[in-house]
Amino acid sequence: MGGVVEHPFAKYLRTAMIPHIWCPGCGNGIILNAFVRALDELQINLDKLVVVSGIGCIGRSAGYINVDSFHTTHGRSIAFATGVKLAKPELEVVVISGDGDLFAIGGNHFIHAARRNVGIKVICANNFNYGMTGGQVGPTTPLEALTTTTPYGNIEHPFNLVHLAAASGATYVARWTTFHVHMLTTSIKKMLQRKGFSFVEVVSQCPEIYGRRNNMRTGLEMMEWFRKASVIANFSDPAKAEISPERIVVGEFVDVEKPTYEERLHAKLVQIMKGAP
Amino acid sequence: MSAIGETSTNVEKAKPKAEIHIIRDHCKGCGFCIHYCPKRVLAESNEINARGVHPPMVVNEEACILCGLCMAICPDFAIYVREKRCMGGC
Amino acid sequence: MEKVLTGVHFMSGDIACAEGAIAAGCRFFAGYPITPATEIAEHMAARMPEVGGIYIQMEDEIASIAAVIGASYAGLKAMTATSGPGFSLMQENIGLAVMTEAPCVIVDVMRGGPSTGQPTLPGQQDVMQAKWGSHGDYEIIALSPSSVQEMFDLTVEAFNLAETYRVPTLLMADEVVAHMWEKVVIPPAEEVKVVNRKKPKNPPGKYMPFMPDEDLVPPMACFGEGYRFHATGLTHDEYGYPRTQDSDVQMRLVQRLCDKIRKNADKITHVEGKMLDDAEVVVVAYGIVARAALSAVRKAREQGIKAGLLRLITLWPFPERHVAKAAEKAGAVIVPEMNCGQMVREVERAAKTTPVYHLSKLGEEPHTPLEILQAIRRYG
Repeated sequence: MGGVVEHPFAKYLRTAMIPHIWCPGCGNGIILNAFVRALDELQINLDKLVVVSGIGCIGRSAGYINVDSFHTTHGRSIAFATGVKLAKPELEVVVISGDGDLFAIGGNHFIHAARRNVGIKVICANNFNYGMTGGQVGPTTPLEALTTTTPYGNIEHPFNLVHLAAASGATYVARWTTFHVHMLTTSIKKMLQRKGFSFVEVVSQCPEIYGRRNNMRTGLEMMEWFRKASVIANFSDPAKAEISPERIVVGEFVDVEKPTYEERLHAKLVQIMKGAP
Repeated sequence: MSAIGETSTNVEKAKPKAEIHIIRDHCKGCGFCIHYCPKRVLAESNEINARGVHPPMVVNEEACILCGLCMAICPDFAIYVREKRCMGGC
Repeated sequence: MEKVLTGVHFMSGDIACAEGAIAAGCRFFAGYPITPATEIAEHMAARMPEVGGIYIQMEDEIASIAAVIGASYAGLKAMTATSGPGFSLMQENIGLAVMTEAPCVIVDVMRGGPSTGQPTLPGQQDVMQAKWGSHGDYEIIALSPSSVQEMFDLTVEAFNLAETYRVPTLLMADEVVAHMWEKVVIPPAEEVKVVNRKKPKNPPGKYMPFMPDEDLVPPMACFGEGYRFHATGLTHDEYGYPRTQDSDVQMRLVQRLCDKIRKNADKITHVEGKMLDDAEVVVVAYGIVARAALSAVRKAREQGIKAGLLRLITLWPFPERHVAKAAEKAGAVIVPEMNCGQMVREVERAAKTTPVYHLSKLGEEPHTPLEILQAIRRYG
């Protein structure tokens, strides 16, 4: 347990909680790594950063990062984060959560926060299932995939998260896999330096639970899928950003400026106060 | 690295040298660092760590180009690389 | 613009509640429209910007309470208002507020239930849900206003209790009190008692976010103050770190969350007693029903019956000692409620051997004084 304190990123971690609970080869650790690397490269003011996470394996990430953090109920991190951001707009508020938490139970909160363009930054670990509870089907599980609740193969079409995010109004949308560590850090840095609702989907391996049931028994096998199938197509049509055994379209898809909710609110408040007797 | 005021004309000497640090008991044996190192600097050791897996070992530190991929792709903060600091070349 | 609307007003309960919140320092409201609480949201939408606060209409009630907890953790006094169906949706996150000890105020303007029920008509059907609605063992504080003035006063008190005990505090109003119009006296700002959460005495690095003081309440740091603490809905230790496999931690935490309210119950609970000293028949009532009960008790006295009224202002923690004391000397206790029997169970428990009679009324009207008087005559 004491070992991690020598690592250059130890100061970004709650070292008493390391090693983390994630399985060997799990992508969550890579996402955590990329995130703290972004904090390090930007020399972010750690006293003004809040990390909010949801329920799921990736939800444990908030507990590992040495900043103000909160682990909410299932699906509600974005709504909670909205309250934080509006109450204290000077804080950088980052939501780190999973595909089920953000897009099944939390789907409604995601689309509305994106629509409002609240300045929260969302990192989604998309591992195609509900890993923490043993590997049930989720809103991003591929067709015909085997999970504990689709023992005969999944008959539901999955979400295309970058399309959903773009259509909901997110002003920054990117997708990378855990193989694309440097691009992922670059996107996270971009998110931390911009305003408005920003979203990065990270295609992430869950070898112990998802991979094992779907012919990819190890983290390396899943990572090889990411490496071989990925195609970088920056600013291509989000609607066509598929994820399939043969093709994972990655890159940045949306990067636009639009007045944020906080900016509009502030402008309105100024207007109201000016009009006051 | 040369002393102040001196310029090294020897390319080999000027090339940054790496120190690779492996926090052995943190490794969970995923193999990403070993497999994806572009210069085959690492290999699986025979040692068994506190987690019951074989952590990596450095087999060719000289070949390391400090790309940092191992450090970035490790899910467990079990490996990091630094540039060796030596005066007058390493 | 005016923060505290000092003066004498003629206003409705919902508006008085909103103004009470503002007077108490509420600067964040997140809500969702629902009859009969919508007016609170609408009034807050107009007033929050005037006082430098934030109003947001969220996409549903679950998001509303989540945003309220977030704003509370960011340092603001925060509130939401709803009715039965929304109150049900909020239960999971009320549990989160309990577990993370987030001060916040939730107003439930009760209507006819269950389910969609009678949206525009009163009920008192959520009072047990106030205590037991979320899963797990926990305690909250719930207050019951009987007048528009109390919609103001008890909302202020709700914020103060929430801040003192770091607990979600519920204002269980009913549609009649919320929609009726009465005189409200709002004092000058400096006369409104306002309590703020305890701040940490220890510096960052030495602060343990869930280490309680002697009153069982931990001082509360907020986001952005440099404390870099963690809070989770999982069972956690005094550092806030998850300790889901540790029975000692679970016992310590859950017991403290309950004791925090139970052991301070005497300070928290209050009631109003009228003509109780020699009462042989005691009516225990709350909310709008207590208004009719008072009239009935007065009429009973005119007719020579020694009746008295115990009005519950705090519903939870249940004022059992007050009820026990009033019931002890009485021959009968009558509990009129606009439900099929909820607080009456607590009254029975506290009244022990004194017979307790429930007077149920559902539908559009609260009990009339005559109905309660008839019960007093029948059981007294």
